[in-house]
Amino acid sequence: MTEVRVHHRPISTWWWTRKPTYFVFVMRELSSIFVAWFVVYLLMLVYAVGRGEAAYEDFLAWAATPWVVVLNVVASLFLVLHVVTWFNLTPQAMDVRIRGQKAPASLVVASQYVGLAVVSAFVLWLVTR
Amino acid sequence: MTARRPRKRRIEPLVWLMFSGGGVMAAVFLPVLVFLFALAFPLGWISPPDHDHLLAVVGHPVTFLFLLGMFVVLLVHSAHRFRYTLYDGLQLKRKRMVAVLCYGAAVVGSIAAVVVLWAAT
Amino acid sequence: MADSIRLEVTRYRPEGDSGPEVQEYDVPLRKEWTVLDGLNHVKDEVDTTLAFRWSCRMGICGSCGMNVDGEPKLTCATFLSDYAPGPVRVEPLANFPIVRDLVVDLYDFMEKLPRVKPWIIRDDDLTVIDGEYLQTPEELDAYKQFSMCINCMLCYAACPVYGLDPEFIGPAAIALAERYDLDSRDRGARERLDVLIEHEGVWGCTFVGECTRVCPKHVDPAGAIQRYKLKAAKENVMAFLLPRGAR
Repeated sequence: MTEVRVHHRPISTWWWTRKPTYFVFVMRELSSIFVAWFVVYLLMLVYAVGRGEAAYEDFLAWAATPWVVVLNVVASLFLVLHVVTWFNLTPQAMDVRIRGQKAPASLVVASQYVGLAVVSAFVLWLVTR
Repeated sequence: MTARRPRKRRIEPLVWLMFSGGGVMAAVFLPVLVFLFALAFPLGWISPPDHDHLLAVVGHPVTFLFLLGMFVVLLVHSAHRFRYTLYDGLQLKRKRMVAVLCYGAAVVGSIAAVVVLWAAT
Repeated sequence: MADSIRLEVTRYRPEGDSGPEVQEYDVPLRKEWTVLDGLNHVKDEVDTTLAFRWSCRMGICGSCGMNVDGEPKLTCATFLSDYAPGPVRVEPLANFPIVRDLVVDLYDFMEKLPRVKPWIIRDDDLTVIDGEYLQTPEELDAYKQFSMCINCMLCYAACPVYGLDPEFIGPAAIALAERYDLDSRDRGARERLDVLIEHEGVWGCTFVGECTRVCPKHVDPAGAIQRYKLKAAKENVMAFLLPRGAR
């Protein structure tokens, strides 16, 4: 066989900025950092609640300081991106069947939002009753 | 027809299942918790629950188990995703080290979750 | 409508010393002309040295895939008028080594494809005399979508994971594994799982979803890969719960 001198093209570190779909993908993956941040945040809350009323009040006051609020707002936006993309991809990732028939993608997506609403209402009731 | 070989036990499927579980928890449970405790209560949109009530909710064994399970899968979810973001986005070559650091952080976080939750109950 | 459009075509001559360069050609802009028609015009009328692959001109042979303005496309199904007033960048499919001009080296895929055993595997060996394997329309529907793959490699060109990790077995190969797994006549799911459960099998995929978006045949490799992960995970949990041959 003749040796062919092929050319390999290097991939730029910035490949994900070249196409909107790639960019959204990388942003979606970066939401993981903010999910981890919320785990830390909620653990700090639980810790404060466990330490007593004063610690709990201090935690809420700290959470209202500007840089924490800014961080949480940015993190919330990434969380929204996670929710939307996760729900949208579910019908593709799972073969949901109702009585042997493939469930329409819109139904799968919609039922997830219903689940989100039910869970949110329950947590709101549990925490504020 | 070859004889059936015993299949090797693999860690990837387990990690992937936890990643997926964490993705579902992050999409379904996290938004309301974040909305309430990171925005609505600190900023006074909704008056925060009093301490005794919250302590009673957090201290309940069901809440303990649920929160612990949720925190663990959320941490694995984050670690797994961030690991691949580092591979793809930054084209990091030291893959084994990245994996050890990411999952290691998730394990440390999980232990911290046990300690913190235990202390609060 | 202007009467011509400019093509910015990647040229690469392996016998030369330099890497790929861009050469510009002006071709007639006609309503019914595709990018491939433009390239054939160049080849026939302007520059006979331009190298590119094509065959059927009707979206079924899968040989005319190229990156058009950065998007992997079948050039026979991509109209020049959609890019007017131009210019249009025509590059070899991304993620593959370039052999010459717009021709890429597909050796890597040719080596990977047979690994997933994309053919019907049976426990028994029936001969033609024993009769055919019957299949109902529902059983056909189960895998039909995945059988539409024409191996055009657009999904590999769109997949950043494949670009960054050439070990990854890739979208079309996994979709084809799924095609035979879902076939009621096939008994090879276990053998394919042994291949795809490896690290370079399904686990490298991060569900970017671009493979499905660029697929000219609507095969949905991204969906196939995620479903394969679920299948592999289930199998693994079963193996854990029922360690000895209970399956």
